[in-house]
Amino acid sequence: MQELVKVRELKVDAKTDSGRLVEIIRNVSFDIFAGEVVALIGESGSGKTTIALTLMGYARPGCRISGGQVMFDDRDLVILPERERARLRGNEIAYIPQSAAAAFNPAKKIIDQVTEVGAIHKTISMDQARIKAVALFRALALPDPKTIGDRYPHQVSGGQLQRLAAAMALMSDPKLLIFDEPTTALDVTTQIEVLRAFKAVLAERNIAGVYVSHDLAVVAQIADRIIVLKNGEIQEVGKTEQIIKEPVHSYTRDLISAVEPASLRRDGDTTQSDSTILEVRNLVAGYGAKTDDGLPQVVAVKSVDINIPKGRNLGVVGESGSGKSTLARAVAGILPASSGTIIFDGSELALDVRQRSREALRQLQIVFQYADTSLNPARSIEDILARPLQFYHRMNGQSCAKRIDQLLDMVQLPRTVKFRLPSELSGGQKQRVNLARALAAEPKLILCDEVTSALDTVVAAAIIDLLKELQRELELSYLFISHDLSTVRAICDDVAIMLSGEKIEQTPPEKIGCPDAHPYSQLLFASVPKLDTGWLDALVQDPKLTEAFARRKGD
Amino acid sequence: MHLNDPAIIQFLKWLGGLLTGDLGRSYSNNMPVADLIGRRLVNTLELGLVTAIVSVPLSLALGIAAAINQGTVYDRVVSTLTVGFISVPEFLIATAAQLIFAVYLKWLPALSLAADINSIGDLLRIYTMPVITLILVNSAQMIRMTRAAVIETLHTPYVEMALLKGASRGRMVFRHAVPNTLGPIFNAIALSLSYLLGGVIIVESIFNYPGIAKLMVDAVATRDLPLIQSCAMIFCIGYLVLVTVADIVAILSNPRLR
Repeated sequence: MQELVKVRELKVDAKTDSGRLVEIIRNVSFDIFAGEVVALIGESGSGKTTIALTLMGYARPGCRISGGQVMFDDRDLVILPERERARLRGNEIAYIPQSAAAAFNPAKKIIDQVTEVGAIHKTISMDQARIKAVALFRALALPDPKTIGDRYPHQVSGGQLQRLAAAMALMSDPKLLIFDEPTTALDVTTQIEVLRAFKAVLAERNIAGVYVSHDLAVVAQIADRIIVLKNGEIQEVGKTEQIIKEPVHSYTRDLISAVEPASLRRDGDTTQSDSTILEVRNLVAGYGAKTDDGLPQVVAVKSVDINIPKGRNLGVVGESGSGKSTLARAVAGILPASSGTIIFDGSELALDVRQRSREALRQLQIVFQYADTSLNPARSIEDILARPLQFYHRMNGQSCAKRIDQLLDMVQLPRTVKFRLPSELSGGQKQRVNLARALAAEPKLILCDEVTSALDTVVAAAIIDLLKELQRELELSYLFISHDLSTVRAICDDVAIMLSGEKIEQTPPEKIGCPDAHPYSQLLFASVPKLDTGWLDALVQDPKLTEAFARRKGD
Repeated sequence: MHLNDPAIIQFLKWLGGLLTGDLGRSYSNNMPVADLIGRRLVNTLELGLVTAIVSVPLSLALGIAAAINQGTVYDRVVSTLTVGFISVPEFLIATAAQLIFAVYLKWLPALSLAADINSIGDLLRIYTMPVITLILVNSAQMIRMTRAAVIETLHTPYVEMALLKGASRGRMVFRHAVPNTLGPIFNAIALSLSYLLGGVIIVESIFNYPGIAKLMVDAVATRDLPLIQSCAMIFCIGYLVLVTVADIVAILSNPRLR
């Protein structure tokens, strides 16, 4: 086989805000052969997207290719003039972005953007381009291929946009296709359709691909070879089978073990505890003004019952728009439920957080998904943690400082962190502070709303371990909300599955996806990618079932 | 004048008159206000129109160019000058222009008397100074807003996507960035042009231009209330029309709001 791409000693510099130059890619070398799919795997900040973009001769603003070679078809993209590079982009090398929703121009019709490649490179007449685009829409299994292009980007769904972005990339019959986390923003059931479409197109047209992702299980389905990256350096390169089954480098092993976190083991404690910490009955919540029948305009949670025994965890799983976050906000009272009962530790709570007693507020804490936005950027960590201590426990001065040190120990952060601002911490550290703030109140129940979703897999696994450890020490209960089944399975005693605002099932985690379970839970379970190269090909799904639920979600 | 009626009735009568085109009579020279305003309104609109025709394309061009060449010497010169012209009040610019072009260089007349117009050359000579003064103050604001709006859209993922499709710089800016900035840009234009209504008062006074703003200033001097009211109403309507047009353009340019 002949090399299509040869990357040699690639170096990329980035300029920090203070004007310092930092080397973010260090001496990276690899090859891509014609028709081969190579995956770049790593956490955020590992430089995987930066490397993928250099394959188009492009570095984001603030970055600069400072050395090395990127040979594409015997042309060095590093020294090629910009005009020549532009001639290759979109023509011989095409790019599929992470968020198609952001990469489509909101002010232009889809078809104009898909066929634009033809207009830029003048390779094809506009009429032919339209015909070709429609054929591609059909090949990528898009609905209404003839008319979907006449819509604007906001009028189609996320999964469809991602496939439309693929169609845009395929317009010019590229030799190399770059996928930049193309399924990360999608629900698992949608991800499967998109992955299938990508795989079929690559195989059929014999296009080489670079697949950038942080998700090993997804990559295992599509890549021939995997390159593992960390801090801008290659850790390990190998065939997909080898990387997954016999990883050599210790970092690769960390990545693999993070895909399926060890399940919660409770030592001997399998008896149901008799008292209940949280009981929710017939909870209805939603957004918008109340209509005549007393319901909100958009009902996001429809009559949900949940029950959490003391010291136990309930996971709530569902795809985007299923109402799981709304459920947490309604239980916390931030979004007052329009009807229903919330019984917390034996006494009924007001639906509106403003009418709850300080004691009730203290015992029920919530941790949000984005630590970035839930920590005040202008306050030091010390101030952030001192606030709940003063508010709930009236601590001051020394006792407060001592307690802050304890809290930081609990979430395994160095004590010196307290003098820093949130922006000076990493994503995982910020989430730990976020957790410490909830712990400061000494709650009995913590509502965890997608606390690990914004984190890298290895960091997320560490947070899950921390949550488990805290539970052992502090007799906490969690209401753990996530879209990720494997995370939920790792920490929860019971899992509730939500679909369009309704709780359709509640089962112990090991029973999810059993043949006698609800068809939707089976579908959801079956859609979670496995660390097995043959999983996607072997997966058989009832298309009618998929479609039925897809429609139900969309309404 | 219905001065015996209660204030609310006076107001309603005035409002009714306004709707039927009867603006009342001037206190000072007992002529219908509509007649006094008529010709002078046209003069002011002419001044405003000429200013808009020159300043809108000029500021869009300069603003977009500054955004494309962000951080270059050109961008810095434009940015510095615009801040300068925003900070200096227009009466100073107008007086300085008079001093330079009329007093020292003697190229242009210091006063704009419409009666002297006999040829296109005269027209140009009369309009030049007021128009330049208004353009300098107005365009500065528009250039800054345009530059900021275009820079913001140039950093969006869809413009990066256009680059990765092989689009040239011009295509990225004019096909992808600018259509998405029309909303904010038109808002800036509308605000600037309505600011022109304020600027026109000073400019007309200094150059003695026979427009409605000058009329209003004179009316204030003679405490001619019906005339002041009508002029104020005209300025209000102008402002509302401009802002409404800007909102409509913003809605039309965004398919999500259409």
